[in-house]
Amino acid sequence: MSIKTTNISKLFGKTEALKNISFNVKENELFGIIGPDGAGKTTLFRILTTLLFADKGTASVANFDVVKEYIDIRNHVGYMPGKFSLYQDLTIEENLEFFATIFGTTVKENYDLIKDIYVQIEPFKKRRAGALSGGMKQKLALCCALIHKPKVLFLDEPTTGVDAVSRQEFWQMLKKLQKKGITILVSTPYMDEAELCDRIALIDKGEILNIDTPQNIINKFDKQIYNVSAKKTYKLLTDLKDYQHNYSVFPFGEFIHYIDKRKDFNKSDLYNYLEKKGNENIIITKTKASVEDAFMDLMKT
Amino acid sequence: MKDQNIIQVKNLTKKYGDFFAVNEISFHVKKGEIFGFLGANGAGKTTAMKMLIGISKPTYGEATVAGFDVFKNPEKIKKNIGYMSQKFALYDDLTVNENIIFFGGIYGLKRKIIKHKTKELLSYLGIEELGKTLVGSLPLGVKQKLAFSIALIHEPKIVFLDEPTGGVDPITRRQFWEMIYEKAHQGTTIFVTTHYMDEAEYCDRVSIMVTGKIEALDTPKKLKEIYKVDSMNEVFLKLARGE
Repeated sequence: MSIKTTNISKLFGKTEALKNISFNVKENELFGIIGPDGAGKTTLFRILTTLLFADKGTASVANFDVVKEYIDIRNHVGYMPGKFSLYQDLTIEENLEFFATIFGTTVKENYDLIKDIYVQIEPFKKRRAGALSGGMKQKLALCCALIHKPKVLFLDEPTTGVDAVSRQEFWQMLKKLQKKGITILVSTPYMDEAELCDRIALIDKGEILNIDTPQNIINKFDKQIYNVSAKKTYKLLTDLKDYQHNYSVFPFGEFIHYIDKRKDFNKSDLYNYLEKKGNENIIITKTKASVEDAFMDLMKT
Repeated sequence: MKDQNIIQVKNLTKKYGDFFAVNEISFHVKKGEIFGFLGANGAGKTTAMKMLIGISKPTYGEATVAGFDVFKNPEKIKKNIGYMSQKFALYDDLTVNENIIFFGGIYGLKRKIIKHKTKELLSYLGIEELGKTLVGSLPLGVKQKLAFSIALIHEPKIVFLDEPTGGVDPITRRQFWEMIYEKAHQGTTIFVTTHYMDEAEYCDRVSIMVTGKIEALDTPKKLKEIYKVDSMNEVFLKLARGE
């Protein structure tokens, strides 16, 4: 196991930031911690990277205990915090040199690992980190987290606030790094990114709601979701919410995802109801669940 | 017909030195419309938005917002629009009530009206008991809904939302959009930027900026037809990457 956590709990005052968190990450796995702000993702990352003590429970990373062997962990993990934490007044090149030196290595020695990413920012290597765009900062931070060839890479919300194009590129980089043998723990509030991980833990308010492969989470979703659309979305939405048999009603891209309470649901009943309410161009079709549907359903219960 | 356009923009441009941050964009936004303003980081969205809300003077071009000219009356624009961003919305170290009083005051509302509005707003959000709570201690979702309501406290014709839903859980994100739908239904125009491409699907019309220009503008449905793809995410990737 690359990461092992057992019953980790953490209190901040009266707030239970983490409640009995247990999960394992296998060697060379790309594992996602999926949840909104305030779910406890950053606290968990700080505990695993030895920057914070848990109140209860045990954890190990790369087979080192997070408390007793914290120095070993620091030498063997790379950590990219959610907040940009490099030296703003050093250049790209200087930041990279600095982190390599701190870890007793050189940029040259592990250049192979960062090459694909570094070449994209190399033309600006004399520029101070503080003057870089968000996308370039992100790439530099990733290079710095990789320069000592870590066994385990921790990425705390690397794609928050990043546009869809850069997000996709970032995930392609992660897949490449995984192929080079690195175990990756990544957190994100974007549910669509969950489907790019080998396994995920869904987390909310300090608790793990589910751990599995994205495919299994989707397959095990036991309720039938219907895509519903009509000419006027807002009207449709309020009418569906007023429908006495609704279990859940959520806007979902161009459709509204509707789940009915009844076992013997007949979609023509719903069609008739919506038509009577004055909706036009009504379409009701079966659809498959996504990780986001599963997450919302777990939050409800 | 022109009166029905809350935003009317023609060849609007902002240059920094030789660099065209916004390069002759033209579009209009209708009353009660939910208008999605998309683009990659650095495409010029924020610069364009700053010109529209009256805090950055365009280099050239024309634009009217809520009936006022961005060159002649930027102050009037500020008074007649609502604005909410993810980065700055409310004061964390003021209570809910204090924030409402503060922003109500900024928009020139009378004390009596603010008092009435406070009551109405808290009850609408179902947080009557939280008036004296510091905003900093509210859950993010409540904060965002409150910020949105406060941005509308002076009943503007249009509200600008700059990445309003970042970081919240998927249920809260949807509740937020339900509020947007409701306000649009009541006639408020919504101008919104987002990185969530499923939210782009919620908009009546969407524009996509690429390196300072608006490269596409249409309903999500039409855009998907034009680019022969199934989702706005794919439309965005095709355009923003120039494939």
